[in-house]
Amino acid sequence: MNPVNYLYLAALLFTIGAAGVLIRRNAIVVFMCVELMLNACNLAFVAFSRMHGNLDGQIIAFFTMVVAAAEVVVGLAIIVSLFRSRHSASVDDASLMKL
Amino acid sequence: MSATAVHSLWTTAAEVEPLGKIPTPHIEYAQLAPVLIVVGAAVLGILVEAFVPRRARYYTQLFLTTVALAAAFAAVVGLAAGGYGTTEKQIAAMGAIAVDGPALFLQGTILLASLVSVFTFAERRLDPAAHGNRIDSFAAEAAAVPGSEHEKAAVKAGFTTTEVFPLVLFAITGMLVFPAANDLLTLFIALEVFSLPLYLLCAVARRKRLMSQEAAVKYFLLGAFSSAFLLFGIALVYGYAGSVSYARIADVVEGSVRTIDPALADTMGNDALLLIGGALILMGLLFKVGAVPFHMWTPDVYQGAPTPVTGFMAAATKVAAFGALLRLLYVALPGLAWDWQPVMWAIAIVTMLGGAIVAITQTDIKRLLAYSSIAHAGFILAGVIATTPEGISSVLFYLLAYSFVTIGAFAVVTLVRDAGGEATHLSKWAGLGRRSPLVAAVFAVFLLAFAGIPLTSGFAGKFAVFKAAAEGGAGALVVVGVISSAIAAFFYIRVIVLMFFSEPKPEGPTVAVPSPLTMTTIGVGVAVTLVLGLAPQYFLDLASQAGVFVR
Repeated sequence: MNPVNYLYLAALLFTIGAAGVLIRRNAIVVFMCVELMLNACNLAFVAFSRMHGNLDGQIIAFFTMVVAAAEVVVGLAIIVSLFRSRHSASVDDASLMKL
Repeated sequence: MSATAVHSLWTTAAEVEPLGKIPTPHIEYAQLAPVLIVVGAAVLGILVEAFVPRRARYYTQLFLTTVALAAAFAAVVGLAAGGYGTTEKQIAAMGAIAVDGPALFLQGTILLASLVSVFTFAERRLDPAAHGNRIDSFAAEAAAVPGSEHEKAAVKAGFTTTEVFPLVLFAITGMLVFPAANDLLTLFIALEVFSLPLYLLCAVARRKRLMSQEAAVKYFLLGAFSSAFLLFGIALVYGYAGSVSYARIADVVEGSVRTIDPALADTMGNDALLLIGGALILMGLLFKVGAVPFHMWTPDVYQGAPTPVTGFMAAATKVAAFGALLRLLYVALPGLAWDWQPVMWAIAIVTMLGGAIVAITQTDIKRLLAYSSIAHAGFILAGVIATTPEGISSVLFYLLAYSFVTIGAFAVVTLVRDAGGEATHLSKWAGLGRRSPLVAAVFAVFLLAFAGIPLTSGFAGKFAVFKAAAEGGAGALVVVGVISSAIAAFFYIRVIVLMFFSEPKPEGPTVAVPSPLTMTTIGVGVAVTLVLGLAPQYFLDLASQAGVFVR
């Protein structure tokens, strides 16, 4: 199968993720959409790696996975602490500093 | 018959060669010493948290952090003295990290700025002692729900979040690598390494904890969003050039590669990959810089984060991110300058004007300084656009001048307090000059430097940047820059007028007398501001010697 198709899929997943970040209101779901964007990047890296016939893209995909895991640790810690003090993970409720 | 020959009787070598052999990496430890010292100290700091008794942790961590930052700065100076900034510049760690003038200059700036801002992290004399324990700006226990019994018990027991010291060291590690990153993967990893600790640091304020947590969530979600864009941009540029190394990308963009395989010929013909990819990477970097379409997080995060963290973040992140932006645009994408220059022009103009105009309406001193930092990002972008050696050196000098003014200004903000902690509303600053003339005078010096009044470092920096931009053919940009400087001067002067020429309120805030730690921070800030303003020539020369990238 032509690897370019995987690029279209990556672009589609990335767009779905970005739209989700902008539309959804729950911080956890927003964060999951960011993870979807990172996975779309991984797919693009692997597809390009196959097209160019070098290993750089596949190795970068591993790094991305590690970064995504680290981001989960930090992100969930912050979101859970927000949830415990407000009993809500809605990003709309977090508006103490609006002008 | 030898064993292998017997073996070959019933096996044959695989027809297909492995895709590519991965050589064992060769690491130049001496040239990477500044980064390694800081990351080593950060790991030690984690061990200190695990094994040292709670009572001794604060002093151990403060000692470890100070020594590590000083040692790393000494290593940078040693490398610079060894000529690595000029004649010996090279690319270390298998092409991942550049050791050259801009990298060393910015690493030195980041380390010095971090050193003085770590002193404000350690300040424990601003608030009266609670239950016989001295308290700092950070939560007794960040995991405890604000206002709960758990939190009260933690305060009573005198807990402190000494984890902020290893966290800040990890953040500094990422910031040291960021301006030196010589391939896109290192760029992305360094970005995450300094961002993740900063998200956490934003969430651990002792007072106004809800605001602090909110700032952290906003910073985290928007930061993760922007780094996903950066990563997708990296994927597209990798697809275009078949490599993430800056030198290789520059060759492919300029069309000067020697051997072109069919796959590369195919992707090289697709300019959309390069243009979209480059734009997405720029978007990620401009987010960290706080340039205008991507600045939305800045005021909220600066206001909500603990003030020592705000000062550190405002100075060091900006230095690191502009370093990375310069290297990307000047080393990897100079062949694309005709495409990125118009875009950066537009961004610089809206950033300068937007930051300056919105700042006028602000009533909170931390938000005011946040918008002022946005306007300054615009001024620095004017130097980036110049695409001349003077452009590089003027940006380096501006970053040095700006970081110390910022850290000093935020350190002064921590001193003005009332019953609820820091009194950040501007109305409470009325008449501060009558009540404590010294603090108000010091803050006035910082505001004048922000405004770019002669005899301060702000003037020397702005002059250098605008001169470089004008000589680089961006005259219109300089006109906009001067206009927005004038607008910005209005609100800086307004704060000075408020402090010195209005009556103090009877229930106004008090000015805390800090320990020598914060005094050092503010003193260094004032000294650097005045020295760079009165005798900038030595440092301008240093910046222009350092202003050549290795490729």
